[in-house]
Amino acid sequence: MTTATDLGNPAVVLTGITKRFPGVVANDDIRLTVRAGEVHALCGENGAGKSTLMKILYGMQQPDEGTIEVDGAEVRFRTPADAIKAGIGMVHQHFMLADNLTVQENVVLGAEALHGIGGRARARIQELAGQTGLRVDPGVLVEQLGVADRQRVEILKVLYRGARIIILDEPTAVLVPQEVDELFDTLRGMREQGFTFLFISHKLDEVRAIADSITVIRRGTTVGTVDPTSVTTRQLAEMMVGSELPSPETRESTVTDRAVLTVAGLHLSDDTGRAVLDEIDLAVHAGEIVGIAGVEGNGQTELVEAIMGIRKADGGSVLLVGADDAIVDLTKLSTLHRREAGIGYIPEDRHRHGLLLTQSLWFNRILGFQTRKPVVNGRWLDVEGARKDTRRIVEQFDVRTPGIEVPAAALSGGNQQKLIVGRELSGDPVLVIASHPTRGVDVGAQALIWEQIKQARAAGLAVLLVSADLDELIGLSDTIKVMLRGRLVADADPATVTPEELGSAMTGASTGGEEEA
Amino acid sequence: MRSLRGKLLPPVVAIVFSALLCSVALIISGSNPAKALAVMVVQVGRDTTLVDIVNSASVYYLVGIAVAIGFKMNLFNIGVEGQYRIGAALAAIVGGQLNMPPVIGQIVIILTAMVGGAAYAALPAILKVTRGVSEVITTIMLNAIAGGIIALLIKQGAFGVLNNNNISTKPIPSSNWIPGISFGSAGTVFGLVLLAILVGVGYWVLLNRTRFGFELQASGESPTAATAGGVDAKRMIVIAMLVSGAIAGLTALPEVLGRDHAYTLISPQGYGFTGIAVALLGRNNPGGIAFGALLWAFLDQSAVSLDVIQVPREIVTIMQGAIVLSVVVSYEVIRRLELAAEQRRVGLQLAAATTGSAS
Repeated sequence: MTTATDLGNPAVVLTGITKRFPGVVANDDIRLTVRAGEVHALCGENGAGKSTLMKILYGMQQPDEGTIEVDGAEVRFRTPADAIKAGIGMVHQHFMLADNLTVQENVVLGAEALHGIGGRARARIQELAGQTGLRVDPGVLVEQLGVADRQRVEILKVLYRGARIIILDEPTAVLVPQEVDELFDTLRGMREQGFTFLFISHKLDEVRAIADSITVIRRGTTVGTVDPTSVTTRQLAEMMVGSELPSPETRESTVTDRAVLTVAGLHLSDDTGRAVLDEIDLAVHAGEIVGIAGVEGNGQTELVEAIMGIRKADGGSVLLVGADDAIVDLTKLSTLHRREAGIGYIPEDRHRHGLLLTQSLWFNRILGFQTRKPVVNGRWLDVEGARKDTRRIVEQFDVRTPGIEVPAAALSGGNQQKLIVGRELSGDPVLVIASHPTRGVDVGAQALIWEQIKQARAAGLAVLLVSADLDELIGLSDTIKVMLRGRLVADADPATVTPEELGSAMTGASTGGEEEA
Repeated sequence: MRSLRGKLLPPVVAIVFSALLCSVALIISGSNPAKALAVMVVQVGRDTTLVDIVNSASVYYLVGIAVAIGFKMNLFNIGVEGQYRIGAALAAIVGGQLNMPPVIGQIVIILTAMVGGAAYAALPAILKVTRGVSEVITTIMLNAIAGGIIALLIKQGAFGVLNNNNISTKPIPSSNWIPGISFGSAGTVFGLVLLAILVGVGYWVLLNRTRFGFELQASGESPTAATAGGVDAKRMIVIAMLVSGAIAGLTALPEVLGRDHAYTLISPQGYGFTGIAVALLGRNNPGGIAFGALLWAFLDQSAVSLDVIQVPREIVTIMQGAIVLSVVVSYEVIRRLELAAEQRRVGLQLAAATTGSAS
């Protein structure tokens, strides 16, 4: 691969960084040179070792081997405080802000010694904001801010502490396309002023749009550094994966007119009486994948849990047409009975809702199926049956594990997810509800899970897909519905819609409410 | 915690650690630890000590299992204390008042104890699922109330009779006793030791081979995952409390049916708290609880023997406390080490498999 531009002095040089964890070598002989005043992207699939590397650079973890140089001098960071002193700041993927404090208080918190906590601090924040274009009112409470503004506060926080080299960990994951553009404008402006950025992402189009050079990490080691103008997104992706790429595209339509799931007038209020689900009408047909798009927190979780019976809706009905064409009214049934009626459920948080982490894989196979063969026999567990069927899943879904007696916690995220997908597709479901089915899994597992969902659709299953990954939604879905503030506000045709259009609809910018719903 | 090492190491570490701790305490108080230990070991072979240990252990075992059922579900049923006393008192009253034919009588008495214990556990269970009241609070308070209820039940004029200076229930007729297994001069083992063994086996089967046990373990490990998997959390809480209470009700029966033949105002108290310690020692595992119950009974007996050689008997209390604490700590430490080792093993095996297939 070509070497990146040699403009500017190296701001950060990592040489031979190696870090081992129990069971994995997270980083293996990583070499990375970041020049001052550039946006340097670090790409790699989930689990490739990007986050570990950045934690090492930020002093949160110590490398087992290798050296770090900042501005030409070798450094050794024992804590993030050391890294901050050296001018390195990090903006985490999950924001670390106190909701009940103001922007100014959040920025100053922990750095009171720099400019006090009063007027001088405020002036400094405003100066930084003016200089960088990160405009946000220091006096406003963080809880009143949207995601993009919170991110600005996070960046201000590291600038306030004197950072010149800023690590951005998946900064666009939480933003809709328009906000991504704004962020990139800001970054470009700051780059002109000499700030250096290390930009971690696996969204390659975005990386190519912003980065001056791109380093690809695969399986814990650097594959190479490339110039974004000389590679295509596809080439980059293949560097990341090391082989051919999966795609979420579904083939010809298999949609039938047999509605498997019919949701009518579903309504749910939270403790304060605010409607989190408001008059939801939804039908999913056999052989159809219906995608739900929406900024997180607009009621998708509640919708799924209301359909599953985990939350009790306070109005509306949920009907399911079983395999034998009998209509089952789920509205008053328990989660268990809904599952028995033929719903498979891939929950959004596999650790909290999908697995018993300290239990063996076969024990996990029983969860959700504790009334059905082959894993139980009446009131008795059929341990042999459960083991046998778990072996089937391990084989069929390529769950990488040395055996089915290991605790679920010992598997990697992708393999845990494959186990869940395999389990939930067991027992001949008629409907599969998949919440963020490929979140936080590696590309290999992602491809397999997509393929399984496609096969399920081809076999005539109805699929309700909730995802924050717009490419996944557009690629897999036959119909997309946009959810905003607890309502389904618009429909989109995945054949024609672009992620940008979807993004506008998700924020309510383009539809102004509900024109097509 | 799958390997044998992971199961056996923590209690061994804990016992050694607490023995060291007690040695220090003994030296400070001016006694000779080696001599004390020798006395503790030698006493086992003397007189009826061994049988006494087994008899006490059967009681501790039953109450330990009762606590463990709650623990498995993340319920802290401190109320086994009150539940076993209510169960025992009701059973003794029924046995004393009704003149029942043999076999049927024993069965009725045992069932009464279970129903009594379960009924007394029902109240906290219902409060928890309907009003969200912590079972810790309600069961502690119900323990205090249990004493009052029993006093009311067995007072003269109710179901009580005055016997020497002690008020007790009407004696159970001998046809409804459960005979012991005699070892001559070594003593007589309670017949209901067999019941304790049966309960232990039943507990293992229930947990590991039944749907109910699966749901119990799932709810205990992750209430959120269990809910998503269709386990009805409220139902599980109620059933787990009732089963725990029913087993608690059995606790005092070996003594009531095998030795005392009545329930008196001065019948032993405090088994419920011993049960918590024993369940902790045994990590809710039926084999482990048996070990914990025997160890506890052995230490109790030691207190008597140590008294004879002027070693303060409180040393036993120190030892019991130290063992429970260090068992809890060492299990947690070893659990973490084991999980890390497991992850490392899985990682290594997979890495070997990948390089194998790649080359």
